[in-house]
Amino acid sequence: MFYREAGQFKTSYTADMAIFPIRQDRIALWLLLAFAFVGIPVLAKFHVWPFGSEYLLRAILVPFLILSLAAIGLNILTGYCGQLSLGSGAFMAVGAYSAYKFGTGVEILFLKIPPLPMLPSILLGGLMAAIVGIVFGIPSLRIKGLYLAVATLAAQFFFDWVFARIRWFTNYTPSGSVNAPQLEFFGLFFNSPIERYILCLLFVVVFAFLAKNLVRGNLGRQWMAIRDMDIAAELIGIRPLYAKLSAFAISSFIIGVAGALWAFVYLGSWEPLAFNIDRSFQILFMVIIGGLGSILGSFLGAAFILVLPILLDQVPHALGIPISVETVSLLVFIVTGALICWLLIVEPHGFARLWLTAKEKLRLWPFPY
Amino acid sequence: MLRGTLVLAAAIGTVAMATPAMAQGEQYVPSLVYRTGPYAPNGIPFANGVIDYWNMINERDGGINGVKLAPEECETGYATDKGVECYERMKSKGATGAAYFSPLSTGITFALTEKVTGDKIPLLTMGYGRSESRNGAVFPYNFVAIGSYWTAADVAIQHIAKEWGGLDKLKGKKISLVYHDSPYGKEPISALEARAKLHGFEFKAIPVTHPGVEQKSQWLAIRQDRPDFVLLWGWGVMNPTAIKEAAGVGFPRDKMMGVWWAGAEPDVIPAGDQSTGYKSLMLQHGAGKFLVHADMEKHLIAKGKAQGKPDDISHVLYNRGLINSMLGVEAIRTAQKKFGNKPLTGEQVRWGFENLNITAARIKELGFEGMVAPIKLSCNDHQGADQARVQQWDGKAWKVISDYYTADQKILAPMVADAAAKYAAEKKITPRDCSKES
Repeated sequence: MFYREAGQFKTSYTADMAIFPIRQDRIALWLLLAFAFVGIPVLAKFHVWPFGSEYLLRAILVPFLILSLAAIGLNILTGYCGQLSLGSGAFMAVGAYSAYKFGTGVEILFLKIPPLPMLPSILLGGLMAAIVGIVFGIPSLRIKGLYLAVATLAAQFFFDWVFARIRWFTNYTPSGSVNAPQLEFFGLFFNSPIERYILCLLFVVVFAFLAKNLVRGNLGRQWMAIRDMDIAAELIGIRPLYAKLSAFAISSFIIGVAGALWAFVYLGSWEPLAFNIDRSFQILFMVIIGGLGSILGSFLGAAFILVLPILLDQVPHALGIPISVETVSLLVFIVTGALICWLLIVEPHGFARLWLTAKEKLRLWPFPY
Repeated sequence: MLRGTLVLAAAIGTVAMATPAMAQGEQYVPSLVYRTGPYAPNGIPFANGVIDYWNMINERDGGINGVKLAPEECETGYATDKGVECYERMKSKGATGAAYFSPLSTGITFALTEKVTGDKIPLLTMGYGRSESRNGAVFPYNFVAIGSYWTAADVAIQHIAKEWGGLDKLKGKKISLVYHDSPYGKEPISALEARAKLHGFEFKAIPVTHPGVEQKSQWLAIRQDRPDFVLLWGWGVMNPTAIKEAAGVGFPRDKMMGVWWAGAEPDVIPAGDQSTGYKSLMLQHGAGKFLVHADMEKHLIAKGKAQGKPDDISHVLYNRGLINSMLGVEAIRTAQKKFGNKPLTGEQVRWGFENLNITAARIKELGFEGMVAPIKLSCNDHQGADQARVQQWDGKAWKVISDYYTADQKILAPMVADAAAKYAAEKKITPRDCSKES
């Protein structure tokens, strides 16, 4: 009923191969983008509840967008190419610290790079993360599955150590904590919450479209072939070296950019602990809960893992139930954990599959068969 | 399945978004706490002291000059990103927004330093945080009242020298620092290095990874290296673990001294008899009951309204919580003199902090005599005091074993000026002209 595709005829190959072949999807996407780019700023401008409060923008939407971006990055590697990685925190850290170094000026021996503007810094941060990702992806040519996860874990611990110990990366600050340079893009300063939100949104939308296009093209098909059966993929002429390392590179690039945004836009001042093993797990859970091999799933997973505990945390207080904060925070752990178990039991493929089922039902409604 | 998920999501969404109305005419005072996680043993008594003092002011005086305090807690678990989320959640609640924040975490302090200047909310970091934030011209909203880590490091070396019979005896000796590998643990290193250069002792810094339950290799290295003294910059479960490991490798506990965050009951009691002889710095105050505790007992404990248990209200960290809130309350009181007896904004409370002057007579009036020395903050000086003492655990209680030491400003003042200038240059801040502040 709502999703009736009857009457949507495709008369060209381009139309048939569009990212969103169903008209309803396209309309929904445009509405969503319009709301995100125009609606939210306008509502925030006129202080319409709840968009008028800085809290929603700064503490929920900005981290949600950045972690969604990281989840998209990991989804390319784990969901599309089937390579399990526990090094996302490390790749985020590489992105953040490289962007910091490029943003404040690099000096190695004879090489002197003056402080770069913000956009090149962030993108170069992503590039460094991609290089590191390729290096730590090399073992994936020989080892698979959980063993690969352990190998990427090495990246996590190695970079925790590097950024805590090698003081060059932190410009020799006495405390080891570094401050992000000012957020300046082409002469514009992004300081207010709504500006920071728009900045993250731009990055996320650009990279989400890139990722969505990549995974349905030649490269994405290679990744999926490797994921589904690497020997068969090799036999039909796909080079595992190229496919796997390109997945590592692109995934790490996106994660690195997310790391730079997390440090510069959300935290503003950070220490290696911001990118520790917990962050890697958090992003992996987002991908698993959201749905492996789905860009939409990355957003849903990020919302579930990041936003749900924050909301649950405020439920007892909002209802006026007088229980202490420690009980609440323990309850949040229990409820979130239970929800994850429940979700994985009834829908092991995550929220993305749930959405597909919903779409299917909406098509048949009100006459299911 | 689908329907269930949708209903659940909708229910949570609507409930969480409905924020209850705050009473008008009350001063909203937020508290970032950690009552869970590896740092909870130390976080709980401090948080109890903080909120109990506010509640006591409400019960005893009906608020500050008639303006009731409206406290609220938010659990951070000592995690920086959670702390930032809590800060964003609480900063604009209440009639006038948050009065001030005390995150009790150096990591959260670093992250919030970026934000408080824009939001115009003071950050009271009593005995922790950025040492260079003493410079109020560059850090208008940070108040590292009573003491910084550099104060602590300097006093620690002074005490060691006194034990050995003079600063000249330090030459050729070895002093090691076992530290929590975070901004918190790294802060004192530059002050200790400055002293090492001055007196010619060998200084070594040994990091311990968060949360600090694994320290075997560090203490084996200490056994090989045989330093003459070990300083401990730990927090939470790291402290008793360090004491146990020291006992394990036979390092004498009376040659170990913790910072004031490694000198409370939860730091020594879990290690049992092994803690006997262990020393720590005092953020001026120690354990024990003073005049203010009589009010706590009368107005809160007798009515069953206290967060702290009756036996615990004399503990070091509970007392520190009381002092933390006392400084905040006095700052609000000071600001009320200028802006009137009504709920104040963070910017107004900041003025109160900057003009805070707690004299000896006022300390006596407040019931804190014997806990803190007089403190006076100003635009130039957001710390206001440079003193600390040393205490020793005798197996049952903390005993004060020294007089007040005063940190040497000849060493520290240039360091503060340098670090603050570097921060100002990095963040493109033009320092305020303190001679023009009123």
